[in-house]
Amino acid sequence: MATIQFNKVAHSYLRNPKGEFDYALKYINHSWDDGGAYALLGPSGCGKTTLLNIVSGLLIPSKGRVLYNDRDVTTLPPEKRNIAQVFQFPVLYDTMTVFNNLAFPLRNRGIPEEKVKKRALEVADLLDLTPFLNKRAAGLTADAKQKISLGRGLVRKDVSAILFDEPLTVIDPYLKWQLRRKLKEIHEQLKITFIYVTHDQVEAMTFADQVMVMNEGEILQVGTPQDLFENPEHTFVGYFIGSPGMNFILCTIEENKARFNGMQITLNEDLAERARTAKGKLELGIRPMYLEIHSQFLEGGIPGKIKTVEDQGTCKIVSLIVNDNILHARVSEGKPIPEKEAWLRFPPQRTKLFADGRLIQ
Amino acid sequence: MQKWQNNKAWLLVLPAFIIVAFSAVIPLMTVVNYSIQDILGPGQSVYVGFDWFKEMLANYRLHDALWRQFLFSGLTLLIELPLGIMIALSMPKRGWGVSASLVILAMPLVIPWNVIGTIWIIFTRPDIGLFGVGINSLHILKDTFDHTARPLYAWITVVVMDVWHWTPLVALLCYAGLRAIPDVYYQAARIDGASGWSTFFYIQLPKMRGVLTIAVLLRWMDSFLIYAEPFALTGGGPGNSTTFLSIYLVKLATMQFDLGPAAAFSLIYFVIILLFSFIFYQVLLNVGRGEKV
Repeated sequence: MATIQFNKVAHSYLRNPKGEFDYALKYINHSWDDGGAYALLGPSGCGKTTLLNIVSGLLIPSKGRVLYNDRDVTTLPPEKRNIAQVFQFPVLYDTMTVFNNLAFPLRNRGIPEEKVKKRALEVADLLDLTPFLNKRAAGLTADAKQKISLGRGLVRKDVSAILFDEPLTVIDPYLKWQLRRKLKEIHEQLKITFIYVTHDQVEAMTFADQVMVMNEGEILQVGTPQDLFENPEHTFVGYFIGSPGMNFILCTIEENKARFNGMQITLNEDLAERARTAKGKLELGIRPMYLEIHSQFLEGGIPGKIKTVEDQGTCKIVSLIVNDNILHARVSEGKPIPEKEAWLRFPPQRTKLFADGRLIQ
Repeated sequence: MQKWQNNKAWLLVLPAFIIVAFSAVIPLMTVVNYSIQDILGPGQSVYVGFDWFKEMLANYRLHDALWRQFLFSGLTLLIELPLGIMIALSMPKRGWGVSASLVILAMPLVIPWNVIGTIWIIFTRPDIGLFGVGINSLHILKDTFDHTARPLYAWITVVVMDVWHWTPLVALLCYAGLRAIPDVYYQAARIDGASGWSTFFYIQLPKMRGVLTIAVLLRWMDSFLIYAEPFALTGGGPGNSTTFLSIYLVKLATMQFDLGPAAAFSLIYFVIILLFSFIFYQVLLNVGRGEKV
């Protein structure tokens, strides 16, 4: 059990990194509280796994310090950090039985056999692995194998944190859901810090209390799933979270209106005021679910052409062309959708502005 | 049974069938044919049934050669497998050392087999050989080291030569097996606090099972068939002390021209190799599969 802290951590896989560009992780300052459920969300190659391997000690960062309960562990190997990690592909000792797999980390640490047995049985019970205890691990299904990997972490009672590196990649969709619930359940029961790496937003949002969105080696935003959805602090977060992602339009600001291609959208007074003083490229952003579509002329609305309508069952995704921008709107089932032309309304309280990718607060 | 209307597909199989027939089936059948006849001269032969088989099975020279063969194959397997694994484990995993060690390892494998015999004759000769002269000048042996004079020395030379020649193959196979283990296994082992030994026993060795099966089969068959190197080195001597099955067979067939007995012998030889390969394969396939707590 421990609070994990990153103090100005940066990492490059090159021996002599030159610019910022050579770093897989750029200057991370963050702390993970004891007992939290965290998700690290980001596209492939954004540095999630690098970050995770630095937490576990498989990698030593090029710069900065890693602290466990204020103790510097930056150069300590994983076996001395008391950490567990579940990998993308199930890692098992396939010549051993399930029981021996679970007992392995304890036996390696010289714990008396009767305690090992008791603990392994407890964990097997927790993970519903009891029926397989005497089976060889090699012949089991992918989800059972992944549970064994997790179990090897859970057997150590004093484990500081359990790290998951896209653990559900190889699991069937139906079982994915089940296993995710099991993880959540175990977290609630044991209150061990879970750090969960994934590129699947649904996984991240349903699993974690705190989601950290990463891109290009940086943590862009940390927050609850709702926070990330409602108030993306970065255009990447807006675009990456939600399906489809946020709409963005390059714009300029004039009085309290955002202008683009001769059209204008009325904004909140104070947002417009702050935007007028902001520097850099201005972008207007709105979630597809908040973009309103009307079939008739609307005061303050802008005209658009309907390109496609995609029925997703519970809702329809409408793609619209507004000048040279393509916007998406999410319309709930049953609402009428105009045939060709539509008037779009941007509700001011849902319309965000970004300067150089950062949200104007 | 279903009957096919169009049987032209058989024509496509025909070339392969003919090649296999000429390269394997017909020669083998010729041997079978010889084994049940006494060849008196060209065109003159008498049917003798299983007499040659009975004679060969009772032949004490064949028995001796067979035991020698088992001893030799067993010894070389016992040395080459662990040694090959050890070499593979200690080979570099990245950098220029990888290609360097691969090239060095592959060298004995590309030398023609009878050249290897010759190399070792020269290497161990007591008058001019580096090893022969070297060990004799140390005066640690009671008798002068000369593989043409003493069976023990002949055996040591033949076994060491085989180890030198074939351990690289085992090492290369094992190295390939080791390189195929994903890094996460080692990472998981570190996280689980596994020692070097347990990493070897529970990750590396099980993951090498496939290549080790191939290594054992190849080495067993090859050492059981060994001919060129010991023939070049010792010619089967001194006495008959290094006369292995194939050397005895060639003596029988081409020097004494006993085609019938030699053919019967060949078939017995063939069956032995087939039998042992099958046993090894089955054992290795099932090794560590059925165990329970």
